[in-house]
Amino acid sequence: MTRKQRRLTLIGSAGAVLAVALALILFALNDQIVFFQSPTDITEKSIPAGQRIRLGGLVEEGSVVRADNAEVSFRVTDMANVVAVTYKGILPDLFREGQGVVTEGIIGPDGTFVADSVLAKHDENYMPKEVAEALKDQGHWQGGEGETN
Amino acid sequence: MIVELGHYALVLAFALTLVQCVLPLWGALSGDERLMAIAPPASVTTFVLVLISFVVLTIAYLNSDFSVLNVLQNSHSAKPLLYKFTGVWGNHEGSMLLWILILVFFGALVGLFGGNLPKDLKAATLAVQAWVSAGFILFLLATSNPFTRVVNPPLEGADLNPILQDIGLAIHPPLLYVGYVGFSITFSFAVAALILGRTDAAWARWVRPWTLLAWCFLTLGIAMGSYWAYYELGWGGWWFWDPVENASFMPWLAGTALLHSAIVMEKREALKVWTVLLAIFTFSLSLLGTFLVRSGVLTSVHAFATDPARGVFILGLLCFFIGGSLALYAWRAPMLKQGGLFAPISREGGLVLNNLFLTAACAAVLVGTLYPLALDAVTGEKISVGAPFFNLTFGPLMIPLLLAVPFGPILSWKRGDLLAASQRLYAAFGLALLFTLVTFWAWGMEKVLAPLGVGLAVWVMAGAVSEIVTRVKAFEIGPKRAFSRLVGLPGSAWGTATAHFGVGVTVLGIVTASAFQEEHIVTMRPGDTVQLAGYEVTFDGAAPRRGPNYTEEVGHFTIRQAGALVTELDPSKRIYTARQMPTTEAGIHTIGFSQLYLSMGESRGDGAIDVRVYFKPLITLIWIGCVIMSFGAVFSMADRRLRIGAPKPAARRKTAQAAPAE
Repeated sequence: MTRKQRRLTLIGSAGAVLAVALALILFALNDQIVFFQSPTDITEKSIPAGQRIRLGGLVEEGSVVRADNAEVSFRVTDMANVVAVTYKGILPDLFREGQGVVTEGIIGPDGTFVADSVLAKHDENYMPKEVAEALKDQGHWQGGEGETN
Repeated sequence: MIVELGHYALVLAFALTLVQCVLPLWGALSGDERLMAIAPPASVTTFVLVLISFVVLTIAYLNSDFSVLNVLQNSHSAKPLLYKFTGVWGNHEGSMLLWILILVFFGALVGLFGGNLPKDLKAATLAVQAWVSAGFILFLLATSNPFTRVVNPPLEGADLNPILQDIGLAIHPPLLYVGYVGFSITFSFAVAALILGRTDAAWARWVRPWTLLAWCFLTLGIAMGSYWAYYELGWGGWWFWDPVENASFMPWLAGTALLHSAIVMEKREALKVWTVLLAIFTFSLSLLGTFLVRSGVLTSVHAFATDPARGVFILGLLCFFIGGSLALYAWRAPMLKQGGLFAPISREGGLVLNNLFLTAACAAVLVGTLYPLALDAVTGEKISVGAPFFNLTFGPLMIPLLLAVPFGPILSWKRGDLLAASQRLYAAFGLALLFTLVTFWAWGMEKVLAPLGVGLAVWVMAGAVSEIVTRVKAFEIGPKRAFSRLVGLPGSAWGTATAHFGVGVTVLGIVTASAFQEEHIVTMRPGDTVQLAGYEVTFDGAAPRRGPNYTEEVGHFTIRQAGALVTELDPSKRIYTARQMPTTEAGIHTIGFSQLYLSMGESRGDGAIDVRVYFKPLITLIWIGCVIMSFGAVFSMADRRLRIGAPKPAARRKTAQAAPAE
């Protein structure tokens, strides 16, 4: 092989790997990302049933109902609209009524949000940033953002 | 008073790094030996000064001196002694101080042990290291001073986040930081080489051991962080593709690539320009990680507090160091001489392939980590990029790389023979095929990908063993002589084989733990039993208990197999009194390499609780593999060729060559 051919092989294979990587990234970005929605978004926009979304807001006071078999249902509110959520599993340590929460899952055929994960917060004072901003949009949030101390 | 002393030492250290930024570099460029000679004592003194301020902060924590704001916000007098100590870096200010301490420690190491480096290279490297140190010490002093006092100190502090009150905090951050920050030395070497416009033999020899050292610690740090999250957070997951995890994983991927390209540079003088760029990238990713974690753009257990001023400051540092070094690279890199031609099928070719896939995978992780931030900044739209994205991008890029791993070390330099290499790997291939078929036979069509994954892992492990067998020519020269060759193998050969074997072990753990895990989420009342993977898990009841700074509800579970007692587990729910914050303590029992994992949810009042029970087959292999990898790095560092030290004096090298070959 000549020097030129060697260089071409190198550049060619590098180009091929990068092209594959780029294709994978674009494909995955198109398909595998999850949008964050507030209860108002869900009420106002028509989000197709079966599409994965993240729902964030406050857990409505007095809405948490625990059934047997580790099933739990509660309502998420942004003070303007409310979405009912069901979840099977163990709730994170810092899940409390009246506190911020982020859940991920799909909207079921009956309009209930079927969550397969409820995100844990790592600190008792911290409000998920998305939730704080969604509440701000509804004019219900005044505190300092995500202040941890 | 002593607190002010620590503060003062830090200010002095800053002043000294400013001197070290300028004078040695001037000396290196103008050939003035007296100016160059300033660098080593300056770097050692800076280290001593930062050490003093670190010790002072530690004393403030141990004495629970609540007149210091940092101690007040993050400590409590009832906290166990170990956590008072580790709590020093369990907060933003303290952890940045630890970061800086390690940074100047590496500078001091070069200052002390760089005696046989060319003087100008040493001076320029230390000057660049001082630039980084000065930037971060200024950051600490200006935006996150750990020594700020409170005028009217309260009697009690706010306590440390309970999740961090764990032995993991003593191990994970220091290991991770040594890894992260260790890459600063290769960065400084690379930038110094660009400033001086040459990469000589000494340069090539110095880069690899430092990379190995940093990589070794980063591997352990990431593994430790993963295990900590696994047992502490109570979700049973060991990797979440969380942006903060990615922040440490990206320098690891780039560092792994650097480790391999440095071999080519050292042995064959090829890929110099690329290695310099990779060294810059690796530390840039470390800096990016520091920015993501410390600036508060991400919300996680690592982001202790959000203060916009800090984010802007680190972003400024990031732009300065990354932009500056890349601009320097664009300007000076064409001056570096390239050497060493090689055919595409050769050891060099294999290492280039490794670099290609690792950098592409690193880029995929980078896009997935930064895309949500960029989208939020530009359109205000909030998205999350989670495991599915990374499984789809990172996964496919790793498969060809893992398939190629066994070939690399068997190919010869310059021009390799793929057919001959394949023949040496017949046994490894057969073994991999066997394991694939056995797994497939055991699980049937239920899992199609898992057997292939198991086969891939076995292929990498068996390939590593084949490499050693090939090197000692075990089947050609008889066992006795083969054994003496085995003992005489250079450390780097053992290092390669061990590290590659470790990769296979980790892959095996990942595949089995994710494909064959069994999980039950149930509500249990005292006396209830669930069946899982052939084990019977019985809930006997729960009782309250008091700890030093928490109260807990402890569940008692008995695990039996076919009626015979296996073990008893006591997972618990804790409430830490100072912050009134609950945490989950999982109950874990290790059986061979597999684990039984129990965690409790909230109790329901009538004695019933929600329980999550997992059986995770071979999961410990994930972390054991990482430990094996880091042993590989240690073996490589022990190679006599790489003894920290650069070219031996010519005379000694000649005698070494004259001596009989090992």
